[in-house]
Order: sequence, then C-alpha cells, then structure tokens
Amino acid sequence: MNLKPATLQKIDEVITHYPVKRSATLPLLHLIQEDLGYVPEKAEEWIAAKLEIQPINVYEVVTFYPMFRRKPIGRRHIKVCRTLSCALMGGYKTCEQFEQEFNTHRGEVSPNGEVTVDFVECLASCGTAPVVMIDDDLHEKVDCAKAKQLSEQIKAEAKKR
Amino acid sequence: MAAPEQRRIIFAHINEPGYSNDISCYVRHGGYEVLKKAVTRKPEELIEEVKKSGLRGRGGAGFPCGVKWGLVDRKSGKPIYLIVNADESEPGTFKDRYIMHQDPHQLIEGTMISCFANNVKQAYIYIRGEMPHGARILEKAIAEARAAGFVGQNILGTGYSCEIYVHRGAGAYICGEETGLIESLEGKRANPRIKPPYFPAVLGLYQCPTIVNNVETLCHVKYIVEHGGEAFTKLGTPNNTGTRIFCVSGHVQRPGYYEFEAGKITLGQLLNEVCGGPLPGRKFKAVIPGGSSAKILRFGETFTLKNKDGSTRTLAVEDIPMDFDTLAACGTMGGSGGVIVMDDTVNMVEALANINAFYSHESCGQCTPCREGSLWMKKITTRMVHGNARTEDAALLKSVADQIPGRTICAFGEACSWPTQSFLAKFGDEFKGYAEAKPTKPAPATPLI
Ligand SMILES: Cc1cc2nc3c(=O)[nH]c(=O)nc-3n(C[C@H](O)[C@H](O)[C@H](O)COP(=O)(O)O)c2cc1C
Ligand code: SF4
Ligand code: FES
Repeated sequence: MNLKPATLQKIDEVITHYPVKRSATLPLLHLIQEDLGYVPEKAEEWIAAKLEIQPINVYEVVTFYPMFRRKPIGRRHIKVCRTLSCALMGGYKTCEQFEQEFNTHRGEVSPNGEVTVDFVECLASCGTAPVVMIDDDLHEKVDCAKAKQLSEQIKAEAKKR
Repeated sequence: MAAPEQRRIIFAHINEPGYSNDISCYVRHGGYEVLKKAVTRKPEELIEEVKKSGLRGRGGAGFPCGVKWGLVDRKSGKPIYLIVNADESEPGTFKDRYIMHQDPHQLIEGTMISCFANNVKQAYIYIRGEMPHGARILEKAIAEARAAGFVGQNILGTGYSCEIYVHRGAGAYICGEETGLIESLEGKRANPRIKPPYFPAVLGLYQCPTIVNNVETLCHVKYIVEHGGEAFTKLGTPNNTGTRIFCVSGHVQRPGYYEFEAGKITLGQLLNEVCGGPLPGRKFKAVIPGGSSAKILRFGETFTLKNKDGSTRTLAVEDIPMDFDTLAACGTMGGSGGVIVMDDTVNMVEALANINAFYSHESCGQCTPCREGSLWMKKITTRMVHGNARTEDAALLKSVADQIPGRTICAFGEACSWPTQSFLAKFGDEFKGYAEAKPTKPAPATPLI
C-alpha cells in the first residue's frame, strides 16, 4: 500500500483521539479511502496490524457501512437521494437523467470511467429536495434540468484533463 | 387564527447575512459568555437548571434531558463520556445540519457546558459520514475554541480539562440509535446493544457511563444555563417547554425549517400559513409529523382526546398543536421534528414502498423479526407497485408489520413497522383493492420507487 505521507501522519494523529485503538477503525478507513479512492483488501490487514485487531474485525466493518467500497469507482461519485421527500420532488427522474448523461446504470462505473451514479438514503437536506452529492459537495433542488447542467460541467472538466 | 411568529433561539443566526461560522463572529455575538459563567458555578446547579427546564431530547424520543443526566452512574469511578448525536439520518429531518454548518460554536459551547455539568473529560461528536464539510467545519471550530481556552486543558484557567473530537460515521442510519452509535464509535458494526443491561448511562462507551444527546438538545442546554431553567418553562407549553425546530418537506409551497415555541402552533397553521399551503391545484392528502417512522396522519380524519377535567375535545389533523404529548395522543409522534407532506397526487402504496425500501436497507440485521420483516414489507409493497399485487397482500403486510414491534433489540423494530401499520390503518382501501385494480396506468410522472 502506497499511502501519502500526509495520510500516514493523519492516521497516527487520529489514533491518539481514543483510549482504545480499535475506535480508530472508521477514521482510518475514511483516510485510506480518501487517499486511494477505495479500500483494497490489503488495507484491511494493514489497519488490523496498526490497531492490533484481527483483519476480520476490519472486514466486518468495511462490509457494514455503505460508504466504504472495496472496488474503485468512477472519477466522480454522483449520489442521488432516493428517500421519500426527494422522491416526492422527482429524485428518481433526477437519477435517470444522470444515468442517461453518462450512459450508465446505478451502481456501475460509466463506460468512460468518469462517474459512478448511485442512489443513497436521506441526506438530511429534505427541504431542498431533490438533493444530490457529487463527491463531497451537496447540490440542492436538482431537477432534470439542473442534473443536465451539472453533468455538462463534469464533462467539461473531464475534457480539460 | 393567525399563526404565531417564529421564535428563533437555536436558529437565531441561521441564514443571517454576514454571519459566519468562525469564532470571531460567534464571540462578537456574545458567544462563550455562558460557558465563562457556567464554569464558575457548581456542576450540580447546572444539572438542576436543566431538570427545572423540562427540556426533552430533540433526537426523537423526547426523553427529559435532566432525568437522563440524573441516571448517570457517578459512583463507578470510571470516566464519564458525552457523545453528541450528530448522525441526523431520520428521513425528513434536516436541522442539525444547519447548526453544524452555520453555527458550530453554539454546539461546542452547549457541549462544553454539558460536559462541565457532568464532569466529563472527553466528548465525541458523532457526525454522519455524508457531511464531510460539516466535519471539517466542526474540527476547525474546535481548534479555534481550543486556542481560545474554551476546550482542552485547563479551560478558562479553572483547572477543568475536557477534549472534544469529531468522529465520522459512514452511511448507516442505525448509527443514530444511541447504542448502535456507541458500538460504531468503538470501531465495530453498529449493532445496537440490548437494554438492560447496556443502558448508556451505566454501561456505555468502553463500558463506562455515557451521555448521548442530540445536537439541538445541547444547544438548548446553553440557552437554559444562560436564562435559567425557569425561563425556559415560560416558552412553549407545560411538559413541552422551549422551542422546536420543524423541518417541513414534500408537497408544500415553502418547505424549510421553522422554529416555534413548542405546542404554540398547530399542524394546519404550520402547513397552510407558514409553508404557504399545498402546491397550486392540489390538496393535502397525508402528513408524517415526526420523521419517516412516525405514524402517518390522513387529512380529513379526526381525533377525540380527553381533557384534564374528563371532558373530551375533537381535533382535525389541522388542529393538532405540534407538541410531543398531543401528537402522541393522536397516535403518532413529534419525533425528530421532520414533517413530510403528501398531496392528492401521491399513490400511498408507492409512498410506503419507498419508506420500506429505506428500512430494509438500514436494518442492522441482528434481530430476525426486523431483518426479515423489513425486507418482506419492502418486497410486498414493491411487487404491488410493479403490477404483481396479490389479493392477500394487504393482510400479509399487516401481519408482517404486527410481528415486529416489541420483539427486537432496539426501537428500529417499531420504527420500521409503524409506517406499514399506519398506512394500512389510514389508507387500507388503497391497499386492498390493489390486486384487482391491476394498475394499468402509465408510468407515474414522479415515481417513488
Ligand atoms: C433507529 C433509530 C435512529 C435514530 N436516529 C437518530 C439520529 O439520527 N439522531 C439523533 O439525534 N437521535 C437518533 N435516535 C435517537 C437516539 O437513540 C437517542 O435517543 C438520542 O440521540 C438521545 O438524544 P436526546 O435525548 O438529546 O434526544 C435514533 C433512534 C433510533 C431508535
Ligand atoms: S431492531 Fe433491527 S436495527 Fe435494531 S438491533 Fe434489531 S435488527 Fe438491528
Ligand atoms: S429525503 Fe432526500 S435529503 Fe432527506
């Protein structure tokens, strides 16, 4: 595993936040996923050794929490809220729009590797439904027109690369 | 009757132009003055104020905060922990988000006062994973507060020390349940613990006494310590003191968050006057008043409630005052303050299928009735929507839902069965005729599942 020095530094720091090392499991998984884009199997062993627990203890955590992924995804992660308030305001259509724009299906990496579109559950912004998270950023009132506009932005950024 | 004015205590500065989340702005607005005074008082006095205030938890259950603090085992000799429940994941709820993003120091001040009152040396803020910016904002705010002597070693020169760290979840709703949260903070799957014996106040984080409070609750503590418990009881109504933040979403003209004195506004005033009523050309059909697990109310139904003097009164849905007790008397709950509105365009089977998909996705899986029941309720409602309804489905749904509550480790069991039970009780006709009606209608404009 090739973690950036900054990641390793943050890992050592965050372990000090807890009287019991095992508590740092989620923070370490977040840091590694932010660095590598996903949690490779090797990371499970690495974390286990670091926190003096068994690899199975890390594996069971990775597989429990929806935000952790064991495989790489597209460069950008589009997460559309699926839950009731967003659905009432057209969230399912919003999701379809993103799927069309990138010629993909929910849960898959788009053919050009640019995005992964996923449904997620309530993002705690139901008053501005439908909402979408693109990577770390929340976008509000994303109807089909706005989904199209956001997709075009992502495509333009991809072209520049 | 015209709706009362909003009474913004917790949301005083939310969306205020020019108000920022850094400490200089907070201090300019009088921030940390309450903490400065609090640390010169006796901790027991502060707990007494909170008890006097009648403050009820804003995370969902409405349990009195002072009573909760009174249950903490202070004789064990073990450290006492405080955890801020910032997991905000009950569908329909979106208040803690704004506090943390826009006014994080209010939460930190409330947390530090609560820590001092309870002799806590270590606090954690458990924030849901989908709020990465919120986590960064809180971390920055804590660092600022530490630099200013409000958090960390020897707070304000008193010799009292207390640290706060931010801990991020990773997308699992069950981490909002306090014992699931504790397991998660220990680095494990968020499998809730069985109570007894694992009451957090006695055997919580690392088997030490632990207080878990919601973000909004701790902000109220700051207000209570500033103005006194007595003053807090002057706000709201008896047994439902202070203000409440209502998060309104779905089919209204002006969805959003609104803070009112508890019980001083009716559901009708909130939806019709404050939120501008239904969308053009539509009528209200149903409302879920306290987060998605609260039992649904049907517009047009009435409730006959007992008065204290033994007489009765009849309330329409619009007449229900938004307080914990009346909502409970009407068979539902105030819960987390998330009000989800549905109008006459909504197919109730689809709406329930959407909710059931949520709960079946989020069950932690420990208890068979919850794991299997939530999955079956989802399967049945989904197949109904997709044109494969069977004549027996309504009865089957009810039977599954009725076999979950009271048979599980945590209250998720109730939470996942209440929607199905109440949708069937209130909209049974829509469910019963479903198989025969064989909906051949075109795909809905706004699919819900
Ligand atoms: C399934 C389930 C989910 C919950 N989710 C949350 C949540 O997201 N946020 C929260 O503050 N409380 C949540 N709670 C309530 C907590 O268990 C706990 O009662 C609360 O944090 C206590 O704080 P309070 O007394 O200040 O309300 C949930 C409870 C259950 C049963
Ligand atoms: S009731 Fe459901 S969520 Fe709660 S512990 Fe049991 S299986 Fe898990
Ligand atoms: S339902 Fe989408 S943010 Fe809550």
